[in-house]
Parts: sequence; structure tokens; C-alpha cells
Amino acid sequence: MIEIKNIHKKFGEEEVLKGIDFVFETGKTNLIIGESGSGKSVLLKCMLGLFTPEEGTIEYDGRAYSNFSEEEKRELRKEIGMLFQGGALFDSMTVEENVMFPMRMFTKTRKRNLIKRVHEVLERVNLKGSENKFPGEISGGMQKRVAIARAIVNKPKYLFCDEPNSGLDPNTATVIDNLIMELTKEYNITTIVITHDMNSVMEIGENIAFLKDGVLAWKGDKTQIFKTDDKTVTDFVYSSNLFKKVRKAQLQGH
Amino acid sequence: MSYLNSIGEYFLMIKGIFGRMTKGIILKSLIFKEIDVLIIGSLGIVSFISFFIGGVVAIQTALNLNNPLIPKTLIAFAARQSIILEFAPTFISIIMAGKVGSFITSSLGSMRVTEQIDALEIMGVNSLNYLIFPKIIAMLTYPFVIAISMFLGILGAYAAGVWGGFVGSDAFIEGLQSDFEGFHLVYAFIKTFLFAMILATIPAYHGYYMKGGALEVGKASTTAFVWTSVVLIITNYVVTQLLLS
Repeated sequence: MIEIKNIHKKFGEEEVLKGIDFVFETGKTNLIIGESGSGKSVLLKCMLGLFTPEEGTIEYDGRAYSNFSEEEKRELRKEIGMLFQGGALFDSMTVEENVMFPMRMFTKTRKRNLIKRVHEVLERVNLKGSENKFPGEISGGMQKRVAIARAIVNKPKYLFCDEPNSGLDPNTATVIDNLIMELTKEYNITTIVITHDMNSVMEIGENIAFLKDGVLAWKGDKTQIFKTDDKTVTDFVYSSNLFKKVRKAQLQGH
Repeated sequence: MSYLNSIGEYFLMIKGIFGRMTKGIILKSLIFKEIDVLIIGSLGIVSFISFFIGGVVAIQTALNLNNPLIPKTLIAFAARQSIILEFAPTFISIIMAGKVGSFITSSLGSMRVTEQIDALEIMGVNSLNYLIFPKIIAMLTYPFVIAISMFLGILGAYAAGVWGGFVGSDAFIEGLQSDFEGFHLVYAFIKTFLFAMILATIPAYHGYYMKGGALEVGKASTTAFVWTSVVLIITNYVVTQLLLS
């Protein structure tokens, strides 16, 4: 579980996060949603320790990040898996080497066992047979799955995903969403997904934080978000033509 | 003010490179890979340029020796001095700033743009050490490139001077050996070592701290080349003043 309390973050005079409180629950896919510029990425970077908030605390299973020594911060990072928007795979490494990388860096496991674990994880994300390919030789969806495999290879306690569906077709996006949700349950991890894709919200939104102008404007789950009358939320949720039609049908009682 | 900021950031980067070290076995493979890309991969162009510029130096010297009282051995002497003192260490380093420097900046810049550096940091890896330290160690072998350049430059001068009919083989060898000072080689290799550090770190700085997208990667490579060349020339002047004057 990750609990954030009263997070404030400023860049110069501009206050990007204005006192956010939220609990990201273990074993659930926690979503941070909101428009561009609402502070989602800044909040994620604060949680990852890449930005230091001016005020507030971030607690990883009751351990306050601000009290961590440098060594403890490094140790915490080994418990974190991160899925970047573009995958962030290392171009010069094969799929197998990319997935093996976190284990090679931080464990003393024998190479035979490393390879065994990598193959296990690649099989789990349905990428068996792609071990020797380079990132440039596989599709965007496959790259995302390699990135997921790399994020979970060390069995993390926390998984962060920054717009995991960006640039993917709807079918592949659903596959990635489901994979994230399945892995969250399987490994019982605290997963945090940043997205503004409403399909993802419908698929995996078990615990949702909706940010608007740096403030937590709403919280709930995927069922509640489509029932709420909160105008700030409905303006965002029903901004696409498809969802507008769904909303219209809802209001007409269909 | 921004220049001072950049200089400060550059030295903090140097400190960071020698901070928390990556596992030895991983570093070893990275160093060999960098030696292959940065050093072995540059031998072709360095050899080609050195041989032909050596030849041109010999021809130019020969064509400017109009006075019959000046011995032909001076062709080899002048070629040796200019190649060892300036051409090989400095001129080749400027070329390397274009070849190796641009490669370092663009590869690190691309890694920055595609969030690969962020990925390393989030994994808890000291990305400065992982990415730049192997390049610095690989560049420690740069003096071998310059030694090869010196040899091929003089060989080119011999080929152009002797086979071009400007000087006899014996006279060339005699000129090559006359008034030779070992310290000139020491001077050349001291500055080569300093140039190697400049070639590894200034382009790395411009790539690592790059901001923006693909277009900025190109801009960063150009800026890195300009600044690497400027620092090389200034260092060359300072070292020459300190060691030879």
C-alpha cells in the first residue's frame, strides 16, 4: 500500500499539486486519471522520488519516503517496477537481455537461473520465442509486454505504469490492461497506472484518483465513475463522442 | 550565468560518474564494447587521414624548400615535428570530436529522449557511472590511436617524399632521426591523455543533460562538437605553454 498525504509541489511560482491525499491499495490496479497538465505525471514522479514535494508525506507500507537514507531509497527502488510510456527498452540489448537487466544488476543469481526466470516471465507475457530479437525488431505492443516483463522480473512490491496504452490499437491496449491487472493479482502488488484512456478505466479501474488542476477532484472505482453526477468528472469521462452517446443513452434511460 | 551553471553541472557530473559503481562484471563487458565502438571503430578513418595528411605535409615542405643550401633532410624533420607535436594529437582529436563526440552525444541524447536513462535511475542504477564511466576507461586507450596516427603520418610523408622524388630514402631517414627529443613524445602523449578525457566527458555532458526531442539530439551533437573543439584548442595552448615554452 502507498499512502500519500497532503502532497504539494511547486515549480517556481506555479503550484502543480495542491495538497493531494490518496491511498493506493495493494492487490488492486490504482488509476490516476485526469486531463493533460492536471499533475498526474508530477505526482508519479514525486512518488518515485524523482521530484521532492514541498509539503506532505509518501508512505510505502507505512515507511515514510522522506525519512529514508540514500541506501534505503536505493533498496526501495529495487522493490519498484516501472513501465514507461514508450517502453524505455535498451536499444542495444535483446529482449532477453532487457528483461534480465534488473536481475543482473542487483542479484548474485547464477546466469542459468537468470535465464530460467527471464524465460518464465517472457512466457507469462506471451513472448516466448522473442528472446533474441532487438526492441527495434518487434511491434509496439510487444515492446510494452517486454517492458512489463522487465518491470516484474524482480517480483516488485510496487508497479508504476505511465500511460501503458499510448500508441497502441484498442485490441492490444486491452491485452496490456488485462495483463497489468492479472499480474497485480498474481503477485499481489500495488499497481499505479497513469492514464487518460477511458477504456482502461472501464477495464481495470479498481481504485481511481481523478486529478483536476492539481487537486484530487474525485475518487472511486470504475462502476462509480460512470454513475457520478459530479460535473468535473462527467466532463472528462464523456468528452469523447462515443462516451457522449453512451451518456445520452444513459440519461434517456436506455 | 548559464555558462557558469553548465560548468558547475559538468563537474558535478564528473563527481557522479565516480560515485556508486556498477558491478565489475557488467562494467567489464561495457568497457570492451566501448573500446570496440569508440577506438577500434575509429582506426580506419584515423589511419586514412594520417597517411594522406603526412604525405601532404612532406610535399608542401619539399615544394617550399627553394634554397639549395637547405638540406633535403629537413622534409622528414619538418614532417616528423609537425606530425608528432600537432597533427596527430590535436588535429586527430578535433576529427574524433566529430566522430566519437557526436556518437556519444547522440547515443546518450537518444537514451534521454526515450526515457532509458530515467529507467536506469528508477531501477536504482547510477546511470552516470553505468553510461559514462566505461567510455572514459575506453578512451584511456586513445593514445594507441594517436601512436598509430603518428606512425602512419610519418609513413605517408616517407611515401610521398621518397616515391614522389622529393627526397632520397637515406636522406629522409637521416632527417627523421636528426635532433630528436624524446620529451616531445612525452608532451604529445600528455596532451593526448587530456584530450581523451575531454573527448569522453564533454560530449557525454551534452547528451546526458539534453532536454527535448529528436531535433534537440541533433542540436546537442553540434553544440557538443563546438564546445569539445573549443576546449581541446584551449587545453592544447595551455599545455604547450606549460610544457614546451
